[in-house]
Amino acid sequence: MKSLIDPLLVVVALLNLAMLVTGRLRACIRLAAWQGVALGVLALPLSHDGVGFRLVAVAIITIALKGWLFPTLLLRATRTADVKHETEPYVGLAASAMAGVGMLMLSVWLGSRFELPVPTTSPLVLPMAFFSVLVGLFLIISRRTAVMQVVGYLVLENGIFIFGVAMAHEEPFLVEMGVLLDVFVAVFVMGIAIFHISREFDHIDVDQLSTLRD
Amino acid sequence: MNVSSFLPPLLALTLAPLLLGVTNRTKALFAGRAGAPLLQAYHDLWKLLRKGTVYSNVTTWVFRAGPVVGLGAMLAAIALVPLGGCRSPISFEGDLLLLAYLLGLARLFTVLAALDTGSPFEGMGASREVFFSALAEPALLLGLVAVSRETGSISLSGINQAISLHVWGHSGLVLGLVAVVLMIVFLAENSRIPVDDPNTHLELTMIHEVMVLDHGGPDLAFILYGAALKLWMLGSLIVGLVIPFHFGIPALDLTVAVAGMIALAVALGVIESTMARLRMMRVPELLIGAVTLAGLALVLEHGGVVS
Repeated sequence: MKSLIDPLLVVVALLNLAMLVTGRLRACIRLAAWQGVALGVLALPLSHDGVGFRLVAVAIITIALKGWLFPTLLLRATRTADVKHETEPYVGLAASAMAGVGMLMLSVWLGSRFELPVPTTSPLVLPMAFFSVLVGLFLIISRRTAVMQVVGYLVLENGIFIFGVAMAHEEPFLVEMGVLLDVFVAVFVMGIAIFHISREFDHIDVDQLSTLRD
Repeated sequence: MNVSSFLPPLLALTLAPLLLGVTNRTKALFAGRAGAPLLQAYHDLWKLLRKGTVYSNVTTWVFRAGPVVGLGAMLAAIALVPLGGCRSPISFEGDLLLLAYLLGLARLFTVLAALDTGSPFEGMGASREVFFSALAEPALLLGLVAVSRETGSISLSGINQAISLHVWGHSGLVLGLVAVVLMIVFLAENSRIPVDDPNTHLELTMIHEVMVLDHGGPDLAFILYGAALKLWMLGSLIVGLVIPFHFGIPALDLTVAVAGMIALAVALGVIESTMARLRMMRVPELLIGAVTLAGLALVLEHGGVVS
């Protein structure tokens, strides 16, 4: 089971890079969904003392929320809000990919500098957690559609999740679930907000939202 | 240096055009056609070699040098690349850089010859070729550097010898990523779908074919043969990476490697049949994706992050 960790983390990194170069909104949401599934599976092999009930519960809830519920909500939001199919980046897709390489190197460097009180199960855990957080932030600031901001937020949260799962046996189950619930509520609210914004205005371009006034 | 090191170049020189035949047969099979004979490329080469050449008045010696330098560079590159556990005849520390530069030299002269014709059409192809290969080269080099760090050897022959099931076992992630990178470079450098379609001559999209339109006779034969050698050479890098079996018997190793090359040619045919060509504007994104993957492989390898 231990040998599964590194491939799964690399899959997470590859999905991050894929999200940076994808121009299609729906494809991007699906990639985020697959990342959620990968994270759910990742929760299983991390424990030091076999797979317990707690980890299985975390895995199942994660896959259900991140892999199915969030994407379904977002895909529905794109349908009802009649969003355009492109992610409309401020930063070009090729430049995003190169920025991705830069963020990857930064996070590997950061990961090598950090000293954790608890030993992590794999040396890749910290770099990939940082990488997901950075990619999430980058997606939030560099994409124009509001749905992509939610996706960026999810990716960012995925990074925090990796960080949390790395210390799954130190951390109370409730904290994990609390974080997941927070994200769930956030995505729910954002989905509703996007829907309402699109009903009031004929677009969800966040660039134009800054000129709103009453 | 022993006799077996001369077998890889010999196989390359004789079998390279066969790969084109295998690929075309695979594509014909997918399209439900009978397809050209397997040895069609040899017939074409023989036909072209017996013809005379025509040179335009406005061209200079650069135009005539293009095919010769291109073929020469490919022959030198073939001498660098090992196959199936056999060392290549020429190998020294850092020869992977020379490989990249030989590819660059061949490309430079093809591009110069294309520009020398003065045709705006050929200039367009030259511009595309230079743009795309400028993106493919860092991917190739970063990928090779990642493998060479992994295997602890900076010569192509050394890398080829060092790759084994054991190396795949403990750092399969890095090698897998590099294999994908090399495959994309392989498709891009050989002007294959999804980057370019070697069969159509549609001026809006073609890259490599447009640069050699004004060549004829033996010159064109040199270019075609050089292209076949390039296909074989980049292919044998991939085969050397993904087939990590070395039995220690040159004949057996080479048979396995040649079978791998044929399988690669079939895979190429399958890719070309099942994929659509990318839009011109999308090609740089694919190549930058390859650079990104190579960067990821290098980062994973660096400092033994993957233990």
